[in-house]
Formats: sequence, C-alpha cells, structure tokens
Amino acid sequence: MLSRTADNLFWLARYTERAGNVARGLAVASRMAAISARLGDEVAEWRSLLTASGGDAGFYRKYETPNAESVVHWLVFDPDNSSGILSCFEAARRNARAVRTALTVDMWQALNDSWNHLRNLAPEATEGEQLPNFLGWVQDRVTLFNGAAHDTMLRNEPWRFVHLGTMLERADNTARLLDVKHELFAPGEEGAVDYVQWQAVLRSVSALRSYQWVYRERLSARRIAELMILRPELPRSLAACHAEVADTLEAIGIGQGGRMGECHRQAGLLKAQLRYGRIDDILEEGLHEFLTGMITRTAELGAEIDAFYIKP
Amino acid sequence: MLGSAYTDQATGDRSRVSPAKTAAFDEMRAEDGVRAAYAEIERWLRATPREQLDRKRHEAELLFRRIGITFAVYGEGGDPERLIPFDIIPRIIARSEWDRLSVGLRQRVRALNAFLADVYGKQEILKAGKIPSALVLENEGYRQEMVGFVPPGGVYTHISGIDMVRTGPNEFYVLEDNCRTPSGVSYMLENREAMLRLFPKLCARHKIAPVGRYPEELLETLKAVAPARAGAHPAVAILTPGPYNSAYYEHCFLADEMGVEVVEGADLCVTDKVVYMRTTAGPKRVDVIYRRIDDEFLDPEAFRPDSLVGVPGLMEAYRAGNVALANAPGGGIADDKAIYPYVPEMVRFYLGEEPLLANVPTFLCERDEDRKYVLSNIDKLVVKLAKGSGGYGMLIGPHATKAECEEFHARILARPGDYIAQPTLALSTCPTVVEQGIAPRHVDLRPFVLSGKEIRIVPGGLTRVALKDGSLVVNSSQGGGTKDTWILEDEGPDSGQVQSQSQTAGA
Repeated sequence: MLSRTADNLFWLARYTERAGNVARGLAVASRMAAISARLGDEVAEWRSLLTASGGDAGFYRKYETPNAESVVHWLVFDPDNSSGILSCFEAARRNARAVRTALTVDMWQALNDSWNHLRNLAPEATEGEQLPNFLGWVQDRVTLFNGAAHDTMLRNEPWRFVHLGTMLERADNTARLLDVKHELFAPGEEGAVDYVQWQAVLRSVSALRSYQWVYRERLSARRIAELMILRPELPRSLAACHAEVADTLEAIGIGQGGRMGECHRQAGLLKAQLRYGRIDDILEEGLHEFLTGMITRTAELGAEIDAFYIKP
Repeated sequence: MLGSAYTDQATGDRSRVSPAKTAAFDEMRAEDGVRAAYAEIERWLRATPREQLDRKRHEAELLFRRIGITFAVYGEGGDPERLIPFDIIPRIIARSEWDRLSVGLRQRVRALNAFLADVYGKQEILKAGKIPSALVLENEGYRQEMVGFVPPGGVYTHISGIDMVRTGPNEFYVLEDNCRTPSGVSYMLENREAMLRLFPKLCARHKIAPVGRYPEELLETLKAVAPARAGAHPAVAILTPGPYNSAYYEHCFLADEMGVEVVEGADLCVTDKVVYMRTTAGPKRVDVIYRRIDDEFLDPEAFRPDSLVGVPGLMEAYRAGNVALANAPGGGIADDKAIYPYVPEMVRFYLGEEPLLANVPTFLCERDEDRKYVLSNIDKLVVKLAKGSGGYGMLIGPHATKAECEEFHARILARPGDYIAQPTLALSTCPTVVEQGIAPRHVDLRPFVLSGKEIRIVPGGLTRVALKDGSLVVNSSQGGGTKDTWILEDEGPDSGQVQSQSQTAGA
C-alpha cells in the first residue's frame, strides 16, 4: 500500500477517535462543573479538562479564564484548536477524501454526513442544556464510524492502519484522562468529593458499570487505576489498547513477510509491561510519573510507526 | 452561421469563407424523415410518456451522485463539487460514419506524433518552410528539455482526445486536438454503464459497439512503452495533482479500473535516476507514469521550481530511459491553437496523404491580414485565446452584445498573438430532454485515441451537449452536459423488425 494512503487511514481514524474523546471529556467535565459549582471550584474542572486535551497553552493565548462558555467554544468550534471537535472531523474528512477508494461507502458516509451536519451547526446547539445532546450525538457518530470500519472493511493492510490509529489514540486518551486526576489516587483520606470524581473518571471511559461487573466492590482508587491501566477486559484500558496496537503492528509485519522494526519492538514491550505489570508497583512508583511516561512512550511509538511505514 | 465544408486553411485564405446562414444539422431528423440510425430512438421517444423520461432522468442523477462522479467548478461560488448533467437520450453514430472518422483520427494522430518527433529532432518541417519556425520554437508549449530526446518507442501522444463537430451528413471538422492530458473518458464509460442499467431493453434493440475495454486498452498502451528492463509486468501508476483537481474522480476511476496505484507527487521519489513510489513495504520501482499533471508542474528541477505537486528529478530519470511518461512532455506544441491550422499540412508532409479530417478555417490574429479581417468581422466569428481551454475567455460573435465585441476588439489589438478566430460553425444537434420537452441541442464529440506499439480507438467517445437553447458552448465548466455515444455495429436497427418492435413502448 502507498505510504500516503496508510498515513491518511491512520490519521482519519485518530482524528475521529479524538473527536469522540473530546466529547467524552467535555460531557464529564460539564457534569462535574455543575456539581463543583456548589462546592466552589468550577474553574478547576475546566482547567483539568484543558490539561487533558493537551492544548491548554493555545487556550490561554486566546481566553482568560476557563469557564463553560470559553472551554466549550475552544473544544468544539475554535479553528485554532487542531484537537477541537470541528477541527478533528474536518481533518478526518480531509484525510478520507484523499483516499476515497480505500474506504468503504459506509465509512465515507459516516464521516461525510457528520461533517456536513457539523459545518452547518448553529452555536446554540452547544449552549446550556443542549450541550449533553450534542456531545451524545458526537459520540454516536464516532461509534457509527468505528462500527462501519469494523463491519465493512476487508481485513488487510488498510483496515490495520485504521485500527492502529483508533487504538493508539484511545490509549493516549485514557492515559491523559487518568493523569489529570492523578491527585485523587494519592494515599490519604477519601472524601465525598473524591467519590464523585472517581465516578466521573469511570464515566469518561464508559466504565462505571463495568467496574461493578469486574469488582463487585465499592469504588476505590487502587481498583479504578487497575481497571483503567491493567485490566485487559476493559476495551479502553491501556493494556487492552496497547495489546491491539502491538497485535495489529505484528499482523502488518507478517503480511509483509516478517519485515519489522523499532516500532514493533516498542509496541511489544508496552504490551508486555501492561500485561504483566502490578498496580501496587505502579502506585508506589507514582501514578503521575507512570502515566506521563505512558503518554510520552505512546507519542514515541507513533513517531516510530511514522518512521517505519510512512516516511522512511 | 457558417455551414459550408472546408478542407483546411493553413494559409488563412479568406476567399473560401463564404458566409451562409443555414439551419444546424439535426442528427435525428433529415429533410426526408428520420435518419436510419435514429429510427428506434425516435419511436422510443414517441412511445415514452414524459413522466417516465423524468423518472429515468431522476434515477440517472441518483446513480451518478451515489457513484460520486463529480467535476470541480471553480470561481463561481456555490458547491465546487458538482455533477455534470447527463442527458438520457443517446447520441448515435452509424458504423459507416464511425469507420470514416476512425481512419481519419488514426491519420491525424500519426501526423501529430510525427510532428512532435520532428520538432524535437531534425526539424525538417521547419526547414522545408511548411510552418514558420518562430511559431514553433518561440511557442510556450515548445519544451527545450525535450530537444534531442526520443521517448520510449518514439511515442509522444499516448492518449489524445480529438474534439470533433459535425455540420452535415458527411461533414465532420476537427475543432481542437488535445495532446497533453485530455480528460472525460470516465464519462464515456460511466455513461454507458448508466444507460445499460436505466434502459436495458432499448440498448438490447441496438447493436451498440462496447466501450468497456478502454481501461484494458489503456493499460496495454502504457505497458507497451515501458523501459525494456521492466520485463513482462511493468509497474504502472497514475500521477494526479490531488483531490482538488477537477478530474480527480477520473484519475481514481481509471486507476481502479486498471488495478494500478494513483499517486501524488509526494508519493514518488527519484534515487539515482530511478523513480520509486513510497509504500508501507518500502520503495517500489515505477516503470510507466500516466501523468495527469501539466508539464510545468511535473518536475520542479526541470520546470517551475515552485511546483508542489511534481517530482524532483523526474525528468532526469525520464531522459535516462528509466521511466516512461505518458503523455510525453512538450506535446502542447502539437495541440496549440496557433499550430492547429497547420495540421493538414503535417499530414501531407509526414504521411504523404491527403487529410481525411477537415480543419475549421482559422485566423491567427498575429498576422496583419488575418487580424484586419477578424476585427472587421468580429460579430460573425468565434474568438478564442490561443492558450485557453475549457471554454473560458472566448467570444461567440453572433451571440455577443456590441459591448462584448468591442471589448474583444480592444483585447485583440492589445495582444494580437493571444487570439485566434474561426467562423461560427452550425454544430449539429441531437434530441435532448429539456424543461419544455424534447428539443434539439448542439453537440460535439471527443473520441479518445491510444498510441502505443499500434494505434487503438475504442468505438465511442464523449458527447458533450450545450443544454441552453441555441448555445454552442458544450464545456462542462460552462453549463454543458454529456450523453452516451453509441456507435452502431450496423447502419441502424434492423428495418425488418421495425414494425413488430414498435409495439414495445418504453424501455
């Protein structure tokens, strides 16, 4: 396959996944902000969401305080934010248009229809009580795209690069979401606010119910961290995402007669460390240090994939 | 409008231009009744209620929209991704007519190719004084980079599109040659697919020459000019400027049909004068490039240094014989509008034959005598930019306002070398579905000629139709549409069956 085609497929999947993740983050933060407003620290919620989205420097260049209005505008509409929902869908469609023949009709329609809806979106659609509906719609569209890819693509190289993009982006997102709340996981007293925060963290990866199914115990910081980092059953856990990344890379390598490189080594190492890691060791080392390390290594892996397959 | 037959007018001799107002030739209805090739169509149109035609028209539009055949129109605002209107009534050409055309097309393309080999080689036609040297050597389309170089197999115009118009039962003219990157062949193929799906019975009642082999013929043509070392399975790729090009759909369509990659400039790289494409499995050598990028943008090292869509080093690889380019760079000198008047002379000079296809008499405004004539007869002539294409920047005298004529008058005086003029031809008409019903509309024809080891022409072409009443501009960028073009294997539907078949209404 042409490297450019692989690049377009990888990034259209990443951008689509990112749009969904931003919507998840916004949904949880706006819910938390509503609760925190009573407790007096609404700004902190918006601030940590901006940190998780990775574009806070850009935000502070344009806006003074993070509040519902400024953060929603920045994360949904602002063209200066390349990780905003609108920008993500635009970039995904641009990538898709360049490789129309490599996509199935269902995938193209899922992206193209989303884009057509978004570009005609009235600003009121994200205001106040409309916001949850809008964010739900974004998540639906991303789920539709993922389902279309999963159900209609031939299982060959194009599919693998799409899947690789989705999984790498998802791993990155889970690490970021958890990292902005890492203080909650520090040893010490657990209060009522912490409990609500934990629920929010789990909700952001659609795992509140899953937690109950896996543990059948009341929420605890240790178990939440274990679920989101190490449990292979949770599809958005770091372990699950990195296992998919490594397996997909390996499948591409085997498809090319065993041609493999540094990206395969790094992906395999990440997969193994998450597969055999222990949560107590991670917490002892420091959750923040561990997660920052994961975010950096995920980015490095992305660069290695690029260097091996896209721009050698 | 002028309708008399001319053979050629390389000399700009005005004495043979005899203006005569005549009605356009109707391809379906002759004075003495319906022409044989259209007999079945005429019956079908009479028997089919308007609502059914409208329904089919709607179905056709849905079909094209779903396939995603769009054509980009720039500079007018609105949605740039537009659908070219498709007219459901086919344009029909009898076998005997096509055979004559086809022989003429072969002859013309052979002469154009010989001309290119000559002007980049020994320049004998210039030495013989048949064409003014300056007209060729100082032309923008003349590429110094090609001088003294012979492309693989001596072929320059692998794919040419020759624009033809018809003015009478036996009168066809070449309006324009396209030797660079002619587009539109995807419509020839998709229009036929659409007709077969929409009107299977109507199609079955005609012996239509199939066009579906075109991609295969194209691939054969491209493979035939591959460098010898490529062996039996040369790697072919289509080079596109990218998704924002108006013909991007066609580039992808042809690549899909031939099973080859469609690449952008950045997908290719040149190492040690060999062209490679970047794939996920590493660099892969490319032997033949069907390029749909203009010469100027092909290689920033050889041509425009600001080109972002080209491939640095491509020309060096080409000149080293490591890759074939179709079409060869520098072909623009053969389809230049100022060179056009001399094509019949090329046929005589290189082939020693009389030209079988007629040229439209052409005035080069650069010449004093021609210019004088053009300026005093501007309201009767079609004035075109010598370098223009796509129907932009042209004046149709008989349809223009006084102010428009005056504007062109001034423009010609300011830059005479930029303009040519031709008499306004009465383009033939075909029945076409319009708002008010079925009415005759002007059409042209672009057959595609493939030159590799041999010349191949798939029987058919792109028929463009001017949808506006009386309009002579068929370009899709100017509100033109397309029709399926049927070359019948016989002279028309079998007359012995006419009576019984006329009972079948509709298709």
